[in-house]
Amino acid sequence: MADFYLTMMRTAIQSQLQYRAATYMYLVGMVAEPVIYLVVWTTIARSHGGQVAGITPGEFAAYYIVWTLVRNMNIVFTPYGWEWRIREGQLSAQLLRPLHPIHYDIADFAGGKVIWVLLYLPIAAGLTFIFKPTLDVTPLDVVVFFVAIWGAYLIRTMNLWLLGMVTFWTTRGGAIFQTYMMAELLLSGRLVPLQLMPDWVQEAASWLPFKWTFFFPIEALVGHLSVTSLLGGLGMQILWIAIGGCFVWLFWRASVKRYSAVGN
Amino acid sequence: MEPESPADVRVTELSKTFSVPEREAGLRAAVRSLFHRKMRAVRAVDAISFEIGRGEVVGFLGPNGAGKTTTLKMLSGLLYPTSGQARVLGFLPSRREKDFLRGITLVMGNRNQLQWDLPALDSFELNRAIYRVRRNDFVAMRDELIELLEIDDLVRKPVRNLSLGERMKVEIVGSLLHRPRVLFLDEPTIGLDVTMQKRIRSFIAEYNRRHAATVLLTSHYMADVVALCRRVIVIHHGRVLFDGDLAALSDRFAAYKTIDVALADGTRPLDSYGEVLQRDGDRVKLRVPKAEAAPIAARLLGELQVADLTIEEPPIEDVIELVFAQKAAE
Repeated sequence: MADFYLTMMRTAIQSQLQYRAATYMYLVGMVAEPVIYLVVWTTIARSHGGQVAGITPGEFAAYYIVWTLVRNMNIVFTPYGWEWRIREGQLSAQLLRPLHPIHYDIADFAGGKVIWVLLYLPIAAGLTFIFKPTLDVTPLDVVVFFVAIWGAYLIRTMNLWLLGMVTFWTTRGGAIFQTYMMAELLLSGRLVPLQLMPDWVQEAASWLPFKWTFFFPIEALVGHLSVTSLLGGLGMQILWIAIGGCFVWLFWRASVKRYSAVGN
Repeated sequence: MEPESPADVRVTELSKTFSVPEREAGLRAAVRSLFHRKMRAVRAVDAISFEIGRGEVVGFLGPNGAGKTTTLKMLSGLLYPTSGQARVLGFLPSRREKDFLRGITLVMGNRNQLQWDLPALDSFELNRAIYRVRRNDFVAMRDELIELLEIDDLVRKPVRNLSLGERMKVEIVGSLLHRPRVLFLDEPTIGLDVTMQKRIRSFIAEYNRRHAATVLLTSHYMADVVALCRRVIVIHHGRVLFDGDLAALSDRFAAYKTIDVALADGTRPLDSYGEVLQRDGDRVKLRVPKAEAAPIAARLLGELQVADLTIEEPPIEDVIELVFAQKAAE
């Protein structure tokens, strides 16, 4: 399996390098969202005596600059892509191989992220120069952050795979996908740091997987979390990966039984 | 996994029924379908049975919509049968066990399964990792297949830059790197030019000879079937109409031969010899019962001034057409 993952990641890197300009433009486009949040929140913070809910402009800058990397790490195969995958015959091709298709997706996207991370670094440097983030990290913060961004990637892979399997039962899964995306937007820390949300939202977020895909990895680096919180967060990620993995395993066999191998 | 049967492929009363939505055209029908969806059961494969032994190359023939591809998809594990059973290399395909998937390949003509932006060699390397082929075995097999198909100059180009025929050849190589024992080939020469079709046919024959691979081949090009298959299975409306030698197919469904005769006087009436199919100047084509071909030929030679005479079996395309037409009439 390690051989497959290394080979697939290498293949993904090679593919990504075929479209260097497109990849860079895509990353530059990705910066727009966090910069908008950053400008809005730092403006609000400055007009409210220099902070909002205890978060200073420098801390907002740190949050959203790290957010950009975490956002890229969170990109996985979209549930909307399942219909295309079935129609183009890609799923049939994968089902003919002695390998669960999820490994293909995990390795493929993981390989692409190696390029994205490398291209992100100069972007992060530019944003740091402009927005002057407040960042005071320990070696443990960095290590946990590095592990947590991959944990976030795996949680989101499992969750969106589960969502995508809805396609085997209905061609009208778009509404379900949208509901999930909205919940994720509000409860993950993607829209705003969770400290700024009402208490009941923060409580709800603690019981759901979304927080562990965005907020936790970011806070691991910028949030001055205690060792207990850092390790507890990693434990929660492992739990959500396991839960997602179990559901994927449970539903996959039933999904494949319904597969009618239409398309090419 | 049960003990391996002598047959590589064993199909017993295999059926597949699809539930397909159906509605009339128009806006009213579209709105009505929001509340009440009408479904129709389509029996794509209807209780078929056959066995294929190790190393056999069998043609699987039928018109469009006959159930050929559905059958191949069930045999390769892509589709669950509705009823009946299929066993390939002793495995139940629907279980999709890893050892089963390593033992088979399904090649569909005009389908792209390789990495679009990368040279084929990179995709071959990925297939090696997926199928866990040992490095030495992989290199030997890859080089053998590249040599057989003469694609050494193509494997370093991105797949997107290859022509259709070139892409088909590299796709075939990618599908065989793990040395499958059973090959399901679904119209592998579709859309290819005559030269490329011949090349693919020779390759399949050579691969079968070298590796004793079992091949189940569908094709609408009878030249593929005639070149490769001694045995054919004919399917129509999901049912097996015929399973046997290609020659026996002709005997059973087309009990006639054609006599192509060049006469000194091509205008003479020839109805007493057989059915006149075609007249072209002094050349006349007659259809005669198979058993009477020799005596009628002798009569033509004895009674008329004949410049040239040939007796031919009916083209396999005509035989297949007759098979389908007979069953449609029934």
